[in-house]
Amino acid sequence: MYRKHMLAISMAMLAAVGVAQAEETVKLGMVAELSGPGAPAGINWRDGIKIAAEEINAEGGILGKKVEVGEYDTQTDPQVSRAMVQKAIDDGAFAILGTIYSGSTMVNMLVAQQNSIPQFVGSEAPSIVEKGNPFVYRTSSGAQKGVPALTKYFTDTLKAKKVGVAWLNNEFGKGGHDVFVEEMKKAGIEVIVDVASEQAQTDYASDVAKLKDANPEAVFVYMNQEESARFLIEAKKQGLAMPLVGEVTLTEAKVIELAGAAAEGAIAHVGVTATATEVPGIAAFSTKFEETFKRKPTHDAIKGYVGAWTTKYVTEMVGEFDGEAFSAKMQGLCLKAADYPKILLDTCWDDRGEMSRPSFMVQVKDGAPTVIGTIAAD
Amino acid sequence: MNVRMRTLSILGLVALAIAAPIGQGNYIIYVLTSWLVFAIAAMGLNLTLGYAGQISLAQAAFMAIGAYVTSLLTLAGWHWILAMPLALLACFVVGLLLGYPALRVKGHFLAFVTLAFNTLVFLVLRNEDWLTGGSYGLVGMPRPDFGLFSTMKQLHFYYFTLGVTVLAALAMWGIVRSPWGRAFKALRENPIRAESLGVDTRRITLLAFAIGSAYGGLAGALVAPLVQFIEPGSFGVAHSLRILLMVVVGGSGYFFGPFLGAAVVILLPEVLRFAEGYYLIIYSALVIVMLVFVPSGLIGVWGRLHEKFWPRHEIRADLKEGAGLK
Amino acid sequence: MSQFSQVVLSGLATGSIYALVAIGFTLVWQAAQTVNFAQGEFVMLPAFFVLAGMSLFGLSFGTALLFGLAVSVVVLGLLFKKLVAEPILPHGGITLIIATMALGILLKESVKEFYSAEAQPFPSIFPNDPIDVFGAVLSMQDILNLAFSLAVVVALTLFLNRTRTGRCMQATAQNPAVAEILGVNVKRMILYTFLINAALAALASFLITPVYLAKFSNGETLGLIAFIAAIVGGFNQIRGALAGGLLIGVLDNLTAAYVTAEYRAALPLVLLIVIILVRPQGLLGTKEGRAV
Repeated sequence: MYRKHMLAISMAMLAAVGVAQAEETVKLGMVAELSGPGAPAGINWRDGIKIAAEEINAEGGILGKKVEVGEYDTQTDPQVSRAMVQKAIDDGAFAILGTIYSGSTMVNMLVAQQNSIPQFVGSEAPSIVEKGNPFVYRTSSGAQKGVPALTKYFTDTLKAKKVGVAWLNNEFGKGGHDVFVEEMKKAGIEVIVDVASEQAQTDYASDVAKLKDANPEAVFVYMNQEESARFLIEAKKQGLAMPLVGEVTLTEAKVIELAGAAAEGAIAHVGVTATATEVPGIAAFSTKFEETFKRKPTHDAIKGYVGAWTTKYVTEMVGEFDGEAFSAKMQGLCLKAADYPKILLDTCWDDRGEMSRPSFMVQVKDGAPTVIGTIAAD
Repeated sequence: MNVRMRTLSILGLVALAIAAPIGQGNYIIYVLTSWLVFAIAAMGLNLTLGYAGQISLAQAAFMAIGAYVTSLLTLAGWHWILAMPLALLACFVVGLLLGYPALRVKGHFLAFVTLAFNTLVFLVLRNEDWLTGGSYGLVGMPRPDFGLFSTMKQLHFYYFTLGVTVLAALAMWGIVRSPWGRAFKALRENPIRAESLGVDTRRITLLAFAIGSAYGGLAGALVAPLVQFIEPGSFGVAHSLRILLMVVVGGSGYFFGPFLGAAVVILLPEVLRFAEGYYLIIYSALVIVMLVFVPSGLIGVWGRLHEKFWPRHEIRADLKEGAGLK
Repeated sequence: MSQFSQVVLSGLATGSIYALVAIGFTLVWQAAQTVNFAQGEFVMLPAFFVLAGMSLFGLSFGTALLFGLAVSVVVLGLLFKKLVAEPILPHGGITLIIATMALGILLKESVKEFYSAEAQPFPSIFPNDPIDVFGAVLSMQDILNLAFSLAVVVALTLFLNRTRTGRCMQATAQNPAVAEILGVNVKRMILYTFLINAALAALASFLITPVYLAKFSNGETLGLIAFIAAIVGGFNQIRGALAGGLLIGVLDNLTAAYVTAEYRAALPLVLLIVIILVRPQGLLGTKEGRAV
């Protein structure tokens, strides 16, 4: 009896192996921060890609080949991330999806470039696209594009003359902070208070007290999710009255969940947001993501999703698996959401891999982020 | 016989290290190179922990000092071979300055002081961006070029690192075999007796810590050209902890412990790939289990097995001699 | 002025939590001659027991708190002592310290993999209404946190000084061999210490998590700050740990507000190094009572 079972199982396994071999696959290397401090971002990125891969395979894969996503954990360490990109390429990956932390991307993009492998990254630091690397493409606008889109809001809508900035002092926050200060200078707005905070900082009392004391007309808040939430809670407590304006994270679902009522009224400029449900692709993705993973997709999940789908679209436009041709096609490419629905919004890449697409101004109202304005792509 | 066996087995290991990367992909070579680099850092910490009995949680900070000094100098056009000794010297001096107050007090104060120091180094590297590039780090350090032998290629860089590792190991061998090194043995086994015999325990411990720190600096001097990018986040407290566990897992106080421990930590994510995100859980649980049953680390496990199955076996005697310090 | 009082009062509220963690750490240090490097994780974890109690077993928040406290005392007190501290201590203090470092990684990674990598909201025990004190805005939560921590310290001091068990625990901490000769059940006293430490960590966890949010990595900074508080205050005294915790809470906020935000994290570290240099027994510590 036992032997019979074993035989049956072995046969089934052999058959499965046979099928897998018969069906050709194309490998994508998903290199992300699955452990370490970057894990929340990396895990969302991965799960967004998982949904995309499933959908792509349901539609017949890329050029008729099934997509196989290899997972590589960088442990949020640039050195490991470099090794992991190398490993993904050694394993035969056609394209790399990741990483998110700019420090990691700065290192590992050199490896992908040396091997002519296209790479979609979730990093937003300005420096990524300033290296003249034709194989690196963003999945969201860099800070040097996203933050200036906010300037108009400060000058026209808020008509602010004196502003404050509260930012997280790591490579992500500093990128945003530097661009913002530069932009304000250009717009003739004075930054009267500048408050840096630490990663994983828990006590925001002195930060908020300082802002309250200086009393600017608006505060630009540039932090990660939990830090944003802790900041909002403290700001509510001390009764910080001026508008709090952020970029991307400040109005994310996770921040609202954590900060509760304290998030009310927060404003942010967002590239793509799961709340922009009037865009059909985003609504569909958001629903599917919540069904699969029992949580709301973040910005990073959408970025991963778009990265994976762009790989499919562009490869099929090229007609073969060729990194060089892929890179040539990406230069100055524009994809319309009408023709390529999973790109979610009309999107263009310039010759450096920077992306642009329409974006939104969002405000938290009654506990939910609500779109209060659209900013056209530049 | 004993000496010849030992020499043969060490030569065998070196031959293995030379042959290991041949025919391998770039990724494997890269992993092997990082293994050597971390083995050097762990070797230094082994001197502090295994021989002098002090916990240091700043080995990553010393790697940072080594890496930043080397990077800044090589980016300014210095040759690596000139930049590296300065990096080592910097780490040695900082080690002395840091160890002096901490070792004045009994107890595990060095652990706290080094923990605090590691965080301080991180903050300075991040905030002083006029010098260190801040949180964006430094990019594009050249790999050393020795005229006929350029280390730009991954395989060449591996052999370069291997050469440095062998030299560093020989130097360490000399240190622990010297009369001065033997004082450690006395110190560790019976500090009171050692002191009564005229061994200045504090001075010896301090020197051990400073030399161990310089080894951290050497590892840093190699990391800079290996990764060709450094940033403060790569040298945090978590990395110091990782190096500490390498020493403990391999077997602290054994000469070859750090090599084994570094191999385990670097290769473990590969071996436990099926476990995905769980590998750190499995790893840390295994470390605790190991500390309960065999606190002397994997080399200790090996020794125990031998004692059990092959009592009085030739290699066992050899290994004991090779470790020479336990 | 209002900024100043805000910064100081908020610092006291935060510092009182550091003090709770530091006290538990001090007790274990004295009883088992060891430094628990997983102390921060011990504070991170109980909040997750509560969350798990609410989501898995559908407990109400109040019941879940009791559940969390009980599980914490068993896991972080009893099991920690029986499975980690007791078998490893004979191998030496250093081995145990390293084991607690590995334990810290184990707890942190387990929460991340089995619960969530993202921060979770945590309900507040006390109402969160803002109150005006000397021109500063504090929440009811802040004030009650402070009061509660002080009450715990007073209760613990009374317990240690006025009850027989408490005195036996002190005797054990000072000289286990002599205590044993005098008929003290040393093993049991050490177990009590571990249980009290676990309970204190759980209380700190419940008080702090509504503000800090429940996240697997919360222990990293908290553990370090608690060590520093204990050493700065003087770790053979409960009031030393309290003073150290409050001092660091206030100084941290003052530095961030008036000196430098970039280097605010450096202040406790510099303070630690200075204390070790000039007054290694800590601000309130006494030389002869030192347990190491």
